[in-house]
Amino acid sequence: MLCYFCASLMIHIRSVLKGQFTQSFILQNLYNLLSSIKFLTCDFQDKQYVGFATLPNQVHRKSVKKGFDFTLMVAGESGLGKSTLVNSLFLTDLYKDRKLLNAEERINQTVEITKHTVDIEEKGVKLKLTIVDTPGFGDAVNNNECWRPITDYIDQQFEQYFRDESGLNRKNILDNRVHCCLYFIPPFGHGLRPVDVEFMKALHEKVNIIPLISKADCLTPNEVKKLKDRVRDEIERFGIKVYQFPECDSDEEEEFKQMDKELKECTPFAVIGSNTVVEARGQRVRGRLYPWGIVEVENQSHCDFVKLRNMLIRSHMHDLKDVTCDVHYENYRAHCIQEMTSKLAQDNRTDSPLPLLPLPTPDVETERLIKMKDEELKRMQEMLEKMQQQMHEKDQ
Amino acid sequence: MADVGKTPVARNEKASSEFGYVGIDAILEQMRRKAMKQGFEFNIMVVGQSGLGKSTLTNTLFKSKVSRRSVMTTEEERIPKTIEIKSISHVIEEKGVRMKLTVIDTPGFGDQINNENCWQPIMKFINAQYEQYLQEEINIDRKKRISDSRVHCCIYFIPPTGHCLRPIDIEFMRHLSKVVNIVPVISKADTLTLEERDFFKQKIREDLRANEIDIYPQKEFDEDAEDRMINEKIRAMIPFAVVGSDQEYQVNGKRLLGRKTRWGTVEVENTTHCEFAYLRDLLIRTHMQNIKDITSSIYYEMYRVRRLNENNTKPNGQPAIHANGVPEHEVLSHEM
Repeated sequence: MLCYFCASLMIHIRSVLKGQFTQSFILQNLYNLLSSIKFLTCDFQDKQYVGFATLPNQVHRKSVKKGFDFTLMVAGESGLGKSTLVNSLFLTDLYKDRKLLNAEERINQTVEITKHTVDIEEKGVKLKLTIVDTPGFGDAVNNNECWRPITDYIDQQFEQYFRDESGLNRKNILDNRVHCCLYFIPPFGHGLRPVDVEFMKALHEKVNIIPLISKADCLTPNEVKKLKDRVRDEIERFGIKVYQFPECDSDEEEEFKQMDKELKECTPFAVIGSNTVVEARGQRVRGRLYPWGIVEVENQSHCDFVKLRNMLIRSHMHDLKDVTCDVHYENYRAHCIQEMTSKLAQDNRTDSPLPLLPLPTPDVETERLIKMKDEELKRMQEMLEKMQQQMHEKDQ
Repeated sequence: MADVGKTPVARNEKASSEFGYVGIDAILEQMRRKAMKQGFEFNIMVVGQSGLGKSTLTNTLFKSKVSRRSVMTTEEERIPKTIEIKSISHVIEEKGVRMKLTVIDTPGFGDQINNENCWQPIMKFINAQYEQYLQEEINIDRKKRISDSRVHCCIYFIPPTGHCLRPIDIEFMRHLSKVVNIVPVISKADTLTLEERDFFKQKIREDLRANEIDIYPQKEFDEDAEDRMINEKIRAMIPFAVVGSDQEYQVNGKRLLGRKTRWGTVEVENTTHCEFAYLRDLLIRTHMQNIKDITSSIYYEMYRVRRLNENNTKPNGQPAIHANGVPEHEVLSHEM
């Protein structure tokens, strides 16, 4: 009887609120409402209630106290709007005192890696956001291997985390691994250029790549569609593994599934960024003012900025971090260990430096053989150490 | 979805976020979604002499038949000759949250004539779980989610003598408080009156302090003032005096778990009768995650550091740490 009442109440409230607020907000409030009703009336239900359903909340509390961190890398040629997009995404102004180099200075410029960190807090949740920028990428006349400093940087972060994780004091490990890389494709061409293909292929096994079509306000809707199809085809043709959205469970809500489908069909996102606020349709919005009209950044019919922001921050941030930890980092670690043990056996030294570039992935059979050989080598190494110790004792 | 940024909760936006909001608090929802999908794990060990009501208490705690006795087909009442370690797992679900609960029972503890070193098999078991987790962690091909079989919490049953802790209690708790979270409880507390109970608790607390036994919640692991406040309240009440029961009786028109005697019915969930409700709240509703965190970040790390140092001492006596911390294959003795 009580359950029936609750259910009908829920349906009523849901229909009232559905028009305005997000699913999660509705559910959160419904849950609060229902738990307060339950507290007042259901005494007999308490008997059946053990209470470990509060576990997610307990984990929740701890994470809120600790705060989160996220490292985002932006890569692409100069002038594609990377800094502006980052500012628009996180509503910050990270690049206030920037000095742009002129053409002569850029001829022989090497790619730098710069890091900006900003702490954002919203509704009690703290996020330490690190933006890794790559000024100079693709700017020189000869861009051979211009992605090398970037791959080295990513590997360095993996190596540092690997050392920390294998060390003795693991209390406060700083996680500087790059969780996501936004790659900016210029809209002026007809799809991917050779440097785009090579860059993405060098990085797709180390970091989650999300390709974006930048400065999309110079394209008409048809051109955008054609370019997206073209880029998608080329990505598939060249075998580039960009970040894939995880599949929805069958028991997820319909709205969520619909959103997910739309996201997948929209990649690569065509984005526009803006640092300025303009007046449009009586409201103040972020946008770009042209004589022929105003481009609104947050307008879904103008560009995919909102989709990108929702995907990056509101729905897939955690998944990006998970894929980095579970897939890219584990790959790196496996290669590292294998390289180390084979090198140790060769040199018979215990202090070899870790290599920065991992080997290509061997297949399953080879991996098994390598593992067997590794264990053999480890045993031999231990025997050698014991013999050394015995000799040392004999000498004394 | 374009105006999803405006939420009805009025907030003083900081100057940097001019209008709308970024939405980083949605990460909590993402984490929660993932946690619900994955489910949780909890491993609890019960230690005490036979007949102290261990199985009944675990059944009462989780409101279902999770103990060893409920799973055994025939009632084997014999006392085993040596301490056995029996672990039984169940998956229980509540409000969409799934938990794999493992109850580790230790029949035979303290039941022999000569009980020296009766904690050793238990210590070995706990260390073996740590070892197994460590091996999984240093594997080259790691699993995405290592199944956690480490003992998170050990409930120690103190018989209601009413005087003070016995030598076996002190020995056991002293050894094991260094490797696992120990929660001592006074079992079968319906034999003690309230004054006797308070006196007994005080004596136990003094004994624990005198022997420098650190039970959960440990003073040194309090993170901030808020935690300390909550934990001080708990520390003033431990050890909890509990009564377990899995039978229901009619009291004042309501059906309650309890023990019916000629002189009245002991209600298990009534806080004026016994402290079962406090124990349940501590273990499950408020501190479960904290217990798991202390196990994995403190006790497990201590074990790991010890293991890594054991196996990496070079011939000239200086410890050398391989970057991947691979230990030798021979398992050294882990007893303290």
